[in-house]
Amino acid sequence: MTRIPRYTVLLLFLIVVLMPAYVLVVTSFKAGSDIGVTSQWNLPSTWTTASWEKAWTALRPSFLRTFQLAIPVAVISSLIGAANGFVLSRWRFPGADVVFTLILFGMFIPYQAVMIPLRDIVLTLGVPPGIPTLVLAHCVYGIPICTLIFRNYYATTVPEDLVEAARVDGAGLLRTFTRIILPISGPGFVVTVIWQFTSAWNDYLFAIFLSNTRNGPITIALNALAGAQSPDYAASMAGALITSLPTLLVYVLLGRWFIGGLMAGSVKS
Amino acid sequence: MRRFRHWGPGLILLGPSLILLAIFVYGLIAWTIKVSVSDEHTALGSKGFVGLDNYTYLFTEDINDRFLHSLKNLLIFTVVFIAGAMLLGLLWAYLLERGVRGEGLFRTVYLFPMAVSFIASGVVWRWLMNPNQGENAGGLNAVFGGLHLDFLQNPWWTDPDWGMAAMAVPAVWQLSGYVMALFLAGFRGISAELREAAAMDGASTYRLYRNVIFPQLTPVALSALIILGHMSMKMFDLIMSVSGPQWLTEVPAVYVWQALLTSDYAKAAAISVVLLLLVAVVIVPYLVWTQRTEKTR
Repeated sequence: MTRIPRYTVLLLFLIVVLMPAYVLVVTSFKAGSDIGVTSQWNLPSTWTTASWEKAWTALRPSFLRTFQLAIPVAVISSLIGAANGFVLSRWRFPGADVVFTLILFGMFIPYQAVMIPLRDIVLTLGVPPGIPTLVLAHCVYGIPICTLIFRNYYATTVPEDLVEAARVDGAGLLRTFTRIILPISGPGFVVTVIWQFTSAWNDYLFAIFLSNTRNGPITIALNALAGAQSPDYAASMAGALITSLPTLLVYVLLGRWFIGGLMAGSVKS
Repeated sequence: MRRFRHWGPGLILLGPSLILLAIFVYGLIAWTIKVSVSDEHTALGSKGFVGLDNYTYLFTEDINDRFLHSLKNLLIFTVVFIAGAMLLGLLWAYLLERGVRGEGLFRTVYLFPMAVSFIASGVVWRWLMNPNQGENAGGLNAVFGGLHLDFLQNPWWTDPDWGMAAMAVPAVWQLSGYVMALFLAGFRGISAELREAAAMDGASTYRLYRNVIFPQLTPVALSALIILGHMSMKMFDLIMSVSGPQWLTEVPAVYVWQALLTSDYAKAAAISVVLLLLVAVVIVPYLVWTQRTEKTR
């Protein structure tokens, strides 16, 4: 395809992809009287931040709670994933491939298939409802993807000889892992941290099964704000933007690694 | 014994994860299967084992064929979603692969919807897919009106037969960029020498893509299909956010939630198990195949 048609097509798709963002932003700055189905595409006749204030008031507690969810999830799952990935790539045991496949399966299951007993089991274990329960769930079900990411990372970047040399020198597993492997694991951590932060932040399924509007994350609060019988459209759109800001920020600031994380979602690297 | 001392510590380090997954994945699946063959239809608990009754009920006796209806919805959604995201993703990657000025900008914009949750994007898609037409048109229908493409105006997800095709539109919007990123990595993984060799042999651009490049992308396409496919089977957030739980747009994942709201645990479990089987028939062969090909590498 020659240059001009190529750019035309690319630009057209650019506009199409950005359309929802445009509607979100302009609507969030409109006053109530300014909002109607037929005037959706118009700019606000007067710009106001009233809806942003309303949305922020409604979402603020859950916004802060979601950080308490997403940050521990990102850190804990990454550490577990690094240890597992190291063992499965560079400290292998007989049957490691079969075990790895069994671990990976957990990544693909529809979580509905575990959700019913999961509610009972966290109650039995005495895990406090709300954020602690969700941290546990995201960490456990994040093990497969984090293990996969680190396994592929170590398999491609850490030379087998390096680990062998450490072994010959008498370094045990933990020593090799903490002294030699962890210091060169930065890129892997960036990917798993972004991945787990984003999926915990954006999750709705675990949230609706295991928490409520009083103790749950922001997706629950946003859906309550936007899903009411006669929703306040401007506040809903402002709320949707507030909800998306942290993950968009991660995406913009760490875009290159974000893509790396997405790539890791495909099993074969 | 010495061999165990060699690899044993690795297994021990992996141990806690294996125990957690054994309990939370395999154990809980077994538990769900047990509930699905019981008669736990109320919060009062179960009186006993009923075999496959809950499953036969879903497929043959469900009121208005509700379960079959949700499967039909899922099928339409999945076909449109996968076809749409694969085609758009491949097209974008194709347009960008040999490097265009501003590639970074296009890539960033095409991919950004992936960072947003379905719950947040659903808020705006509900509005964009406003079913009003003609004078009262809003959202995308108003855009079609403005472009004098009125024949494209449609009731979107409120259409009783093909509504689920419209429901797939936001999902396509969200994930086409992801497919693009996968294909772009695939394109870039093809060595320049290979292209040059084909060009030296006098291959036309068409033949270069058809016979050299596209065959190399097959593994990428397979990964993308698997990822989109299993996401589609689980689709829940998007539908809850755009339409809320309702008959027109019900898929099995939403049906599970609705059954739980009435404390019909056995039914919810049976639907979940069917959903799991649907995913497993695709995923298990894929995982086994991946493991085999890795071994031979």
